[in-house]
Amino acid sequence: MSAGKNDMRTPLGKVRGLGSAREGTQHFWRQRLTAIANIPLTLAFVGLLICLNGSSYEDVRATLANPAVALVMILMLLSGLYHMRLGMQIVIEDYVHGEGSKLALLALNTFFTIAVGVVSIFALLKLSFGG
Amino acid sequence: MTMSIVHRITGGALYFGTLLVAWWLIAAVGPQAYFDFVNGIFGSLIGRLVLFGYTWALMHHMLGGIRHLVWDTGAGLEKHTASKIAWATLAGSVALTLAIWIVGYLARGA
Repeated sequence: MSAGKNDMRTPLGKVRGLGSAREGTQHFWRQRLTAIANIPLTLAFVGLLICLNGSSYEDVRATLANPAVALVMILMLLSGLYHMRLGMQIVIEDYVHGEGSKLALLALNTFFTIAVGVVSIFALLKLSFGG
Repeated sequence: MTMSIVHRITGGALYFGTLLVAWWLIAAVGPQAYFDFVNGIFGSLIGRLVLFGYTWALMHHMLGGIRHLVWDTGAGLEKHTASKIAWATLAGSVALTLAIWIVGYLARGA
């Protein structure tokens, strides 16, 4: 079907399968990969919140400073934030059609995600190492 | 069809809801007066309503996401089956949300 006379793609391009955007199915695949990771990580986070609800300041800090808890929290943040950045990118591309506003929102999407992640992970590291 | 836009809306809510997660972590860094202040807001009636809605959005988006992963395998795409899964997603998300909050209150009482 794609081997027709009018196929303008080079043999190498066909093998790589990255298309005109040079990314192929990367976005699709990473969305799924983070989605799968998010299931156990999110459930662990919800479980943590159930355990910590009503806890004292000292107990919350001690629990978040526990290495196992902190590691799961950091993984949850990384996977969740990456997943939501990909998702919001699709929403922006679907609904925002002005080139300028689309670019601005796509940039804001990345800035927002990284800001939330850096602040959250810094807080966790401070609880673990900074007293 | 409705579930498709609900998946996007819950995703959008969870997106901005990460600010609450970050806020909670910042509060845990301290000082204690600030932690108590943030805890008071989360524990207020409006705070609990927001967190309850956040729980539902998370559960609904998770079940809807699992539905998409199943669809990715090519299964469950028949119209009749897809409608059934849509209702199961809704019922499941409400049930999970209620279960989480009931367990949460029981854990708090213990």
